[in-house]
Amino acid sequence: MLKIKNLCYQVDDENDATKEIIDHLNLTVEDGKFIVITGPNGGGKSTLAKLIMGVNQLTSGSIVLDGEDISKLNITERAKRGVSFAFQAPVHFKGIRVIDLLRLASGENISIAAACEYLSKVGLCAKDYVEREVNSSLSGGELKRIEIATVLARGTKLSIFDEPEAGIDLWSFQNLIKVFENMRETVKGTIMVISHQERILNIADEIVVIENGQVKKQGPKEEILPGLLGTSAAANIACEKLGGDR
Amino acid sequence: MALDAIQKNILHEVADLDGIPQGAYNIRANGASAARSTTANIDIVTKEDKPGIDIIIKPGTKGESVHIPVVLTESGLKDMVYNDFYIGEDADVTIVAGCGISNCGDQDSQHDGIHTFHVKKGAKVKYVEKHYGEGDGKGSRILNPVTNVYQDEDSYVEMEMVQIKGVDSTLRTNLAELKAGATLLIHEALMTHGEQKATSDYKVILNGEGSSADVVSRSVAKDDSEQIFEVSIEGNTACNGHAACDAIIMGNAHVVAIPKLDAKNVDAALIHEAAIGKIAGDQLTKLMTLGLTEEEAEEQIVAGFLR
Repeated sequence: MLKIKNLCYQVDDENDATKEIIDHLNLTVEDGKFIVITGPNGGGKSTLAKLIMGVNQLTSGSIVLDGEDISKLNITERAKRGVSFAFQAPVHFKGIRVIDLLRLASGENISIAAACEYLSKVGLCAKDYVEREVNSSLSGGELKRIEIATVLARGTKLSIFDEPEAGIDLWSFQNLIKVFENMRETVKGTIMVISHQERILNIADEIVVIENGQVKKQGPKEEILPGLLGTSAAANIACEKLGGDR
Repeated sequence: MALDAIQKNILHEVADLDGIPQGAYNIRANGASAARSTTANIDIVTKEDKPGIDIIIKPGTKGESVHIPVVLTESGLKDMVYNDFYIGEDADVTIVAGCGISNCGDQDSQHDGIHTFHVKKGAKVKYVEKHYGEGDGKGSRILNPVTNVYQDEDSYVEMEMVQIKGVDSTLRTNLAELKAGATLLIHEALMTHGEQKATSDYKVILNGEGSSADVVSRSVAKDDSEQIFEVSIEGNTACNGHAACDAIIMGNAHVVAIPKLDAKNVDAALIHEAAIGKIAGDQLTKLMTLGLTEEEAEEQIVAGFLR
């Protein structure tokens, strides 16, 4: 179980004034749930995800995973405790290949066949990708899938995906959605996805709405999703539907 | 002359050799020839006027290889050698050179290899040169390789220069002249650490129409080491030249990249790219989210970069 208590994250803005990005946020996530975190842009969703992984260091509060406060641990230690993170903007490398990244993620020298299985799960034709470098020659959609595959290869108890739809075109996303629909079988443990996409919200067990650095609503999808229609979060969804990309 | 365990280990490092190589070879140990073998198509002849060998590859030789590793294990030895390669028309061969120094003494050990390639029409050569140093003596391990490449029409030369560990001082000088339709690819991978100094000086002259050259250097400078990478591409006709220097700088290292493009024809297309920078923070972060420590992440990034 993940328990976040009184979490605060402050930054200094350009006028040296303190700004609360996350403001005394409380959130409890049960094991094995598929949680979608949504809410208006700038509300603190991605920041919350980075605070859980340790990419950003919290100002105060606690993050307790299975009874252990991980909030003072560094990224590596949190990763070893079972937290995985798929970045919104996947990182490029020079010389590191897809197979290398999957081997590092799985923590063992997995075979090409095993690596291919992870790639197939994210909809990539494995043999075309396994030896390729994780560099800018890959498209945004391809990098995104490889990023997700690294999280699958880790197979940890908490997997966080920061806006998997960001930066990829609508057509790629149509395919990517299937990956998330199948994720219940491929990922054991809790899945936390930050998303504005209605189709991702639709496969959630639970939806958490974050606004102004706080949890505004949390509950089963059936309860929360209808209420989102007609709010600013829903406006985002509507814009996506009309505009195609964002 | 039999090789001892240290020499065998060095051979493994510089030439991936764990036994007697296939095909032609000449193993030079501490300034003298230790073993040699020739084939029906590849002859190796000792020079009479100066130290070194002529490697003569018959026209049309296909799929054969030549290994000419050098090992130095005596402290204080200064070795200089001239190796000339004559690669016949339409031959297709792999040449593996490389030098390893194990210096446990307090005097400097030095090997200067001057390699000259005469690549005939249509010939194809893959040349691999690895440098390696070890030993905890106070004496320096010094390697000053020179390569001169003369390429005839439609020939193809691919050169891989690798120096990853243990060489204190290197001055690499490369000159290449290309005739019409010839192609030259150079890939240098270099890592310096401690107080090491490495200078690479490449000069490529594109004389023939349709000739092309691609010189790519990837390097990592750690600790207090210093690297100077100088590349000059001269285009005298319709040709294509590209040079790229990409360096990761760490600790208190010093890296200098000096590009020079010299076009003497309107159809000479010459490009240079250079980048020097530290390891990107987001690369470290990504690998740490996979459970690696910062040091492990750094190692992986460097190893991938130099691959």
